Amino acid sequence: MPKEQANWSPYDNNGGSCVAVAGADYCVIAADTRMSTGYNILTRDYSKICKLADKCVMASSGFQADVKALQKHLAARHLIYQHQHNKQMSCPAMAQLLSNTLYYKRFFPYYSFNVLGGLDNEGKGCVFTYDAVGSYEKVGYSSQGSGSTLIMPFLDNQLKSPSPLLLPAQDAVTPLAEAEAIDLVKTVFALASERDIYTGDKLEIVVINADGIRREYMDLRKD
Amino acid sequence: MKPFGKHSLLGASGEISDFQEILHYLDELILYDNMWDDGNSLGPKEVHNYLTRVMYNRRNKFNPLWNSLVLGGVKNGNKYLGTVSMIGVNFEDNHVATGFGNHLARPILRQEWHENLSFEDGVKLLEKCMHVLLYRDRSAVNKLQIAKITKEGVTIHQPYSLKTYWEVSAFENPAQGAIGSW
Repeated sequence: MPKEQANWSPYDNNGGSCVAVAGADYCVIAADTRMSTGYNILTRDYSKICKLADKCVMASSGFQADVKALQKHLAARHLIYQHQHNKQMSCPAMAQLLSNTLYYKRFFPYYSFNVLGGLDNEGKGCVFTYDAVGSYEKVGYSSQGSGSTLIMPFLDNQLKSPSPLLLPAQDAVTPLAEAEAIDLVKTVFALASERDIYTGDKLEIVVINADGIRREYMDLRKD
Repeated sequence: MKPFGKHSLLGASGEISDFQEILHYLDELILYDNMWDDGNSLGPKEVHNYLTRVMYNRRNKFNPLWNSLVLGGVKNGNKYLGTVSMIGVNFEDNHVATGFGNHLARPILRQEWHENLSFEDGVKLLEKCMHVLLYRDRSAVNKLQIAKITKEGVTIHQPYSLKTYWEVSAFENPAQGAIGSW
């Protein structure tokens, strides 16, 4: 008698792509606003970006209910940190917390593919990229989600990241100006929307720099 | 569908017994909210968040409430419409649907919904969607109910049925070309 399999899965993939690019004194984080399931679009106006701290923003794609739970968890932990330390969490500190939080559920993972972007304690841009169980790395730029296979090679080509094996370690932060980086991100999403069915509708861009955080929107293909 | 609190209405499809259990949780929630007697009352957005947490936590225990929930309401003049699935996926939008409604009704609503729909036009639009669903969803029945939520409160109208047309010539004497056993 063959073993009966469960027909119900606790996971679903709600699609979407996220990108983050770090600069000398800014960081750009972007994600599309489409939420899908299977071949359906559930809504065209859902934000995947969450501000975790003053200079730290996370974009996540994957299973939306897990993403929401993860965002709430980190926001709560940040609040406790602020009560205990009387200051905001720095981006590298939040990066470590996110990694630990994800690994905590190693055997029933958060189906969430994250990029964390912000400014470190010196005001330099930093981007951290994650997998679903918390493995993370500080990089100059990254993309996650359904469109990442289309976006990442393009970013590699345009931003030419130095090899992580080099000694002394070279900085991966891009020399591009803020406006150029934003333009690059817009191009990259237009690119992904052409071929990835789960990416499209609208693009939400968050820019963090010394002046603070600002938000921009751009329309993408709706098909 | 069930109204709850002063501002909101919950509709569900799926397992009705699980829906009844959710109503039980909501009764308790609203009761505790009223017991504070502080002039504040839970609005649709807060209840939506609560229901999302309930559904998500049940799916975490691999024992989901087998429902798709639709939550609507008006509080302080602000209208709200949201949905939660059995695995905790939630969002708000100008129009939502469960089950086959996602396939058949959402496209119609995307085309024809606009910000300034009057109540009558809204009902006509929904009836258009329900018509399509009645003709094309084999598990649909011809009995529906409209609920209206405004800042004055919630009214649920009596159930009624839609006019349908089945006299399509192709359906007349379907066994004519190939007589079967029944």
